[in-house]
Amino acid sequence: MTPAALSHSRAEAFPANWLKRIGFALLFLYVLYAMSTLEITWERFVTGLGHADEFFGRMWPPNFEATKLDLLKTGMIESIQIAILATFVGVLLSLPLGLLAARNLMPEWVSWTARGTIALCRSFHPIVVAILFVKAVGFGALAGILALIVASMGFISKLFAEAIEEMSLKQVEAVRATGASFWGVLVMGVLPQVMARFIGFAAYQLDSNLRNSTMVGIVGGGGIGATLFTAYQRFDYDFVLTILMAIVAIIMVSEIASGWLRKVFQ
Amino acid sequence: MAASNENSALEIRALSKSYVPGKPVLKDISLTIPANGITAIIGPSGTGKSTLVRCINRLVTPTSGAILFKGLDLTQLSGKALRMARRRIGMVHQEYNLVERLSVMENVLSGRLGYVSAWRAFLRRFPQDDIDRAFGLLDAVGLADFATRRADQLSGGQRQRVGIARALMQAPELLLADEPTSSLDPKTSVEIVELMQRLAAERGIPVIINIHDVELGKRFASRVIGMSQGSVVFDGPPENLTDQDLATIYGGESWLAA
Repeated sequence: MTPAALSHSRAEAFPANWLKRIGFALLFLYVLYAMSTLEITWERFVTGLGHADEFFGRMWPPNFEATKLDLLKTGMIESIQIAILATFVGVLLSLPLGLLAARNLMPEWVSWTARGTIALCRSFHPIVVAILFVKAVGFGALAGILALIVASMGFISKLFAEAIEEMSLKQVEAVRATGASFWGVLVMGVLPQVMARFIGFAAYQLDSNLRNSTMVGIVGGGGIGATLFTAYQRFDYDFVLTILMAIVAIIMVSEIASGWLRKVFQ
Repeated sequence: MAASNENSALEIRALSKSYVPGKPVLKDISLTIPANGITAIIGPSGTGKSTLVRCINRLVTPTSGAILFKGLDLTQLSGKALRMARRRIGMVHQEYNLVERLSVMENVLSGRLGYVSAWRAFLRRFPQDDIDRAFGLLDAVGLADFATRRADQLSGGQRQRVGIARALMQAPELLLADEPTSSLDPKTSVEIVELMQRLAAERGIPVIINIHDVELGKRFASRVIGMSQGSVVFDGPPENLTDQDLATIYGGESWLAA
């Protein structure tokens, strides 16, 4: 038998998946269609580059005047306060909420109620929530803090509940077999297994709250975002650059700090 | 409710368990466990040995029947009464089941959770008496220097020693062991069963042990119970266990050494 005939008798090594091919083709066609309806053209992009060049030209050099630095400092400190307070309260509230949402510890109706609450917290972007709170409690840091508490609860409770659902039930069962109460099992069987991950989530959330806290100010939630927005509106582009640089610096510092925090608690 | 016999640790009456209705794992089991010594339960995998032992401390709820322990019917308990009964029954688990991220000391003290409030446990403020006893038990199982090590840093044999210390920390009136040696090498297996036997005998605690290793069971047990397909097919002292009985328990004969 010739090699060609031999290979014919076998199944193809990489059979064509027509469903996949048609899927990609449809996606490609949709992208073209969407671009045509939204009037995205190369021309507009090129003129845009020119504007951007002019914009960056007006930004440089950054403005380091004493009065500006004062504004920057006040805004920055407020942002950090918003982030830390929101993370602290959010994490504290996530602990019971996540526990209630864990399907392997709670009866179904409890976990579904808790899951519904979490889903509600997660369904809106922090900015949307911040707008609601600004309307409810007025301009300022309180609205920003409340918005970020909601965001933190949505994020941490969900991950915490998942961590609990992934823990080893055998270890929990062994603690239960000693005659421990529900709380005893929680303290010595459940928490030791999930605490390190919970602290990891909290550190990550602090990091992301710092980033978000620079944003809630734009809609009136206080902090450096407010300063940034004002600077934009007054065409103080050199001060805008100063603020942006400060934000980048603070995010980097928090990145390092949260990595260090996670390492301490493995 | 009839009181259990004075010189028995446990009386099992007509115990049945079906996880799926109509497919019983345990079929009408009646046994009296003596008040001292080791009772070894042998039998093929999936024959319900583990279910039987776990029915006793109610990690599994039996379908019907009674288990009499110190005048209590364990099958009827729930809530606080069940926890009060559980703390009198120690258990050594198949894969040690230590809480890996806790220290050896914390794992041993978990044995007191039936007596110490969750709040005190959370603050790690266990009574000094308990801490002294925990150190004593760690000494007895040969891990005196390991108290502050995290459980996941120990070897299999060391972990099972901690498991034994945790169970004895309850000051139990009955010790259950569910395949305590199945994850261990042969030498460590012998050491673990020997240790369990010695510590339980010193404290006058009867032991029920599920075991794969027939020779090991025969060597340390004062009584052997053979199970097959959810029923007891042999019950007697180890010296009475013949090749014929083993063939009945495990099925076939070709695997028996000539």
